[in-house]
Amino acid sequence: MSAARRDAVEASLMVRFNGKLTDLLEWIDARFPLTKMLKEHATEYYAAKNFNILYVFGVLAMVVLVIQLCTGIFLTMSYKPDAEKAFASVQYIMRDVEWGWLIRYMHSTGASAFFIVVYLHMFRGMMYGSYKKPRELLWIIGMLIYLCLMAEGFLGYLLPWGQMSYWGAQVIVSLFGTVPGIGPDLVDWIRGDFFISDITLNRFFALHVVAVPLALIMLVVMHILALHETGSLNPDGVEIKEHKGPDGIPLDGIAFHPYYTAKDLVAIVIFAAVFAGVLFFAPEMGGYFLEHANFDPANQLQTPEHITPVWYYTPFYAILRSVPSKGLGALMMAMAIILLFFLPWLDRCKVKSIRYRGWIFKLALTIFAISFVSLGYLGMQPAVGIFVKFTRVFAALYFSFFIFMPIYTRFEKTRPVPERVTYHH
Amino acid sequence: MSEKSGMSRRHFLTVATSVTGTAGVIMAAVPFVMSFRPNARAQALGAPVQIDISKLEAGAMMRVMWRGKPVWVLRRTQDMLRRLGSNDARLRDPDSEVASQQPPYARNETRSIKPEILVLLGVCTHLGCAPLERFDIAPSDLGPDWIGGFYCPCHGSKFDLAGRVYKGVPAPTNLVVPPYRFLSADLILVGDDTGAKA
Repeated sequence: MSAARRDAVEASLMVRFNGKLTDLLEWIDARFPLTKMLKEHATEYYAAKNFNILYVFGVLAMVVLVIQLCTGIFLTMSYKPDAEKAFASVQYIMRDVEWGWLIRYMHSTGASAFFIVVYLHMFRGMMYGSYKKPRELLWIIGMLIYLCLMAEGFLGYLLPWGQMSYWGAQVIVSLFGTVPGIGPDLVDWIRGDFFISDITLNRFFALHVVAVPLALIMLVVMHILALHETGSLNPDGVEIKEHKGPDGIPLDGIAFHPYYTAKDLVAIVIFAAVFAGVLFFAPEMGGYFLEHANFDPANQLQTPEHITPVWYYTPFYAILRSVPSKGLGALMMAMAIILLFFLPWLDRCKVKSIRYRGWIFKLALTIFAISFVSLGYLGMQPAVGIFVKFTRVFAALYFSFFIFMPIYTRFEKTRPVPERVTYHH
Repeated sequence: MSEKSGMSRRHFLTVATSVTGTAGVIMAAVPFVMSFRPNARAQALGAPVQIDISKLEAGAMMRVMWRGKPVWVLRRTQDMLRRLGSNDARLRDPDSEVASQQPPYARNETRSIKPEILVLLGVCTHLGCAPLERFDIAPSDLGPDWIGGFYCPCHGSKFDLAGRVYKGVPAPTNLVVPPYRFLSADLILVGDDTGAKA
């Protein structure tokens, strides 16, 4: 066969193959809105062209969710939710199961990675006013995802049945005892026993592997649907839908696919490299990702010297124990999270992005960020002397950010917002 | 039938169906909510325990499990008992006025039935940690004012040798005295106080 003839045969095969593919797609589209969905959420979903690096953390959060789901499924295949066997079964995963150590470290590192990307994602939202009208519901769904994540982390932390698992659960569950009237009964109801026991472990397992992940996945779908309804904002806080071309496409918008999928892929690769680095060289992160006390099996007669939760809860934990009253401390801790839900209504400034907002908001947000990180550090320190004093100062600053927000944002001197998105070099 | 009455009938049916459906959902939820409560086995395992204190020396403390919680039995020395009264000004509730923290028969100066035998739940009233026994006097970490007691390592709560909480610490109340009674001179039953006198 001559070369020319071979090319012709190949070309005709290609055409016939592509034709078959088109036929298959048509067959599917008549029965399921595949092409329609791909257009709506990817190839014809337009996002502003001026996204910066802070806009990759939403996608990264989804990547971590997938990591957690996959590794979690494989961990359940070897883990035993039984107070007698749980600790040993985790060691069995680490030592005997082929690649079990890697799968478990991916899951434990993934938990910390989840909170790192989610905290950055939330801070991005606060910087650029992503929570402001019309994205209030998007923010609230996001906050619900954050709550689910905290619940998921807490429930999962009991499962290895180490000392910190046990005593951490003991501390957090007993917080519900401060609910007026029903407190003590509520605590027994949550534990299903008069102490943290096998019964508690078994139900936390069920909630951790089935109930909360289901809620999480549904909320993530809702979060994306809400985002695609309002459209993504951008670092300029400009609504790109207000300036559309004759074709109805926002002038400052580019299609999510292929433009942002390609960009996000770079972020995912960099993230994967960092993640693998932690995984292979510092999976315990010096006790921050996996606490040292958790390498001892749970012992209900022996409290560890310092009970500290994992780093992602410590800002709230610091607030809890800085108040010298149990009920009030629990209430303050709850308020520290609940106030975030009201951000869209506490912030009275019309300008969205920090780029065009006044010095007072920039200062407030900086103090807020410093307070949050400081509280996180103080929550890991023993609750004595100078640490408690500093915790109270930073807790006061943390709450001031929210409580005084309706006042300082109303009188803020803002700069004019451009009509269209800009590039800052 | 007029159109108006037809609409109101439809409205009535909608409301009635919704109410019935909601009631059904609530009733169907009851078994699931109730299944979370401590079950029959957990309640049976919460039965009273006997503690033999014949080998407990003065100044020594033993730990026994009851309902998964550590129960402390401390045989206080005369010296320890003398120190109890000297510290009331620094305590939040020196007279054990919070009734939920002890049975009526333990609401006295020593918070016990027999003055030297202290029975306590070893669970901090702040967040349920296990306080440590710090019977040493004026140690370097707790300061020169420390006259012996219990110290919670989690959040720094302090209690005296009757389990009474100090002022200015996170724990709100005195440590709990569980229901107990003496079966004989050296045998304590924790979890059942039938017949014990106030």
